This record gives sequence, structure tokens and C-alpha cells, in this order.
Amino acid sequence: MATTYEPIATYTVSGGSTSTITFSSISGSYTDLVLVCSGNSNSGTDYPRIRVGNGSASATGYSNTQVYGTGTTATSYRETSQTGFIFATYPATSARVTTIFNIMNYSNTTTYKTVLMRDNNSAGNVTAAVMLWQSTSAINYIELFLTNNFVAGSTFTLYGIKAA
Amino acid sequence: MTPILGIMASQISGHLETGAYESISTVTVGVGGAANVTFSSIPSTYTHLQIRGISKTNRTSSSVDSIKVQFNGDTASNYTYHELIGNGASALSDNVTSTSFTVIARTAGNANTNFFGAFTCDILDYANNNKYKTHRTLSGVDLNGSGALFFNSGLWMSTSAITSIVIAPQTGTLLNQYSSLALYGIKG
Repeated sequence: MATTYEPIATYTVSGGSTSTITFSSISGSYTDLVLVCSGNSNSGTDYPRIRVGNGSASATGYSNTQVYGTGTTATSYRETSQTGFIFATYPATSARVTTIFNIMNYSNTTTYKTVLMRDNNSAGNVTAAVMLWQSTSAINYIELFLTNNFVAGSTFTLYGIKAA
Repeated sequence: MTPILGIMASQISGHLETGAYESISTVTVGVGGAANVTFSSIPSTYTHLQIRGISKTNRTSSSVDSIKVQFNGDTASNYTYHELIGNGASALSDNVTSTSFTVIARTAGNANTNFFGAFTCDILDYANNNKYKTHRTLSGVDLNGSGALFFNSGLWMSTSAITSIVIAPQTGTLLNQYSSLALYGIKG
């Protein structure tokens, strides 16, 4: 049986001048994408964002609903009509924040795109979120970016899942 | 912001192929919708199953619906589940016992045509004949102002190996066109 879960691309940050990671020209031959991020900021607390798009990163049409636990309480909040999705808090400690995105049915041209996310920050919150991109365009472009820079050693791997 | 790094997927070669994750079946709902999607004759050659999908139902009383499942045609009260839900304002939890199905997703109901919920559901040790079967889910639907994030675990109180799964709306009567559900097997 054909392999169905395969890595598409991996990027490991070297040096201290990388503020944007881009996966472009993503093949439409998979059913879902999974993006695994292990990262942090190299300079102070930062808030990494993700944008998706077709040919370039879209800066409109994002919303999300989240639930998170702080260690003492659990709560939920929502953002609407955003320019991107802040998916974590990078604390700029030696810890890495691990985030996994499931970008579901990303290449169809009929539905808005829904992304499921789990974020694990050992120094802060544990979070789950559903993100919406209000576009029927196929996603072939993913951009992750910070205000500062990603710390060296941050890794970002994109996988594709095929279906029968 | 101008990207400063780019990775051309088409330029990547030497893919790692573990072969441990295989596609078993995929169903995309056609015109007119479907009362359910059934995966049958599921082989017992895997260790775990995963269902992944996007979905929407024809529920008219709410913009949100749920997706329920039944295993091996069992419609008796042999299911129980717990939920953790984020509704955008607070985190809620509940449980349902001795019911005739278990729930694996929150999804879109009577909302804009293009809104779909999404879910991933792991069914663990599904072919084991000595234990009840447990699944876990991460799902959600965001409607730009409403919706929910949904964690769930469910139990089917049967020691039978799972060989079929029926997936249907909990309240609506149809899964809408373009709902797409895929079953995968994970080898041990």
C-alpha cells in the first residue's frame, strides 16, 4: 500500500536573523497537511503568527476559537476578522514551544478552510484552537512569522497526508 | 511582511517513508447529502485507527451540530463520553453515560454554506478482543463569531474488535455535500 503520511519540507533555523518561515508551492496532491513547529524567540517574549494563502500569504479573513489551561484555570476566547492567527506565546527561554497544526482538506476549492491546532508551552499555557480562513482558495502557501527572530534550532516540518 | 525564506515543496526529495500510516478509505459526500458515512470491513491488521475529516450537517436550529458514531452496528446503550468545550467565552465540560452512540466532533450546522468543521479522532487498540474501546478527538468549528473547540474521549463498552463505523449527524438528518471523511490505519 502506498505511503500516506510523508514529509514535504523541513526548515531548521540557523543564526539569529530569521523572522519568517515560508512553505510555498505546496502540492495539492494530499488531503490534509500537518505542520509541526518547535520554536521560540531569540529576543524577548514574542507572538508568532501563521498565515496561509494561494500564491502568497493572505492578510484577511481569519478567526479562531481557543480553549486553554494556565495551570490553575481553563478558559476560552475567540477572535474574529483577524489578519492572521497568533498561535503561541514564545517566552524566549531555553524551552521550545511545540505547536502542531492540522490543516484540513486544504486543497479543495469549495469550502472555507478549517485548521485544528494544539500548542504546548511547558513554561505557560496548554492550548487548543480551531482557526478559520474564510476563503475557498486552495492553500499552497504557509507563512510563519515573528516580530523579532526565531531562535537558532527552531524547527518547522510540513507533512502531507494522502487519502485512498 | 516579505518572506525571507522559501521552501519549494517540489524541490524536496528523499521523503522518509515509514509505511506505518495507511489510508483505508475516504468518502466525500455528494449532491443531496448523506444520512451517514459507513466504513465497513475494516481489517484488524492495524494497531490504531484514525478518522480525519471536514463536515457540515443540515441542522437548521443551530449553526453548530455534532457528529456521532456507532461501532459494529451496535445501537444499544453501550456508549459513554466526556467532553471539554471552549465556546469562545468559557471552558465547559460534561459527560454522557449509557447512550446509544458516542460523539467525535463539533461541526457546522445551519451556517454559511462554506463553513465546515474539522476533526481528528483516534480509535485506540480497536482490534483488541479483551478490552473496551476508547477514542479521543480534537475537533472544532469556527464561524467568525461563533463556534466551538471540542476535546472529547469516548468509550464503547464492548470487547469486540471494531470492524465497522457509522458516522452521522447527531441532530441534523444529513451530512452536507463536500463533507469528507477519511479512515486511516496505524501499524504498531
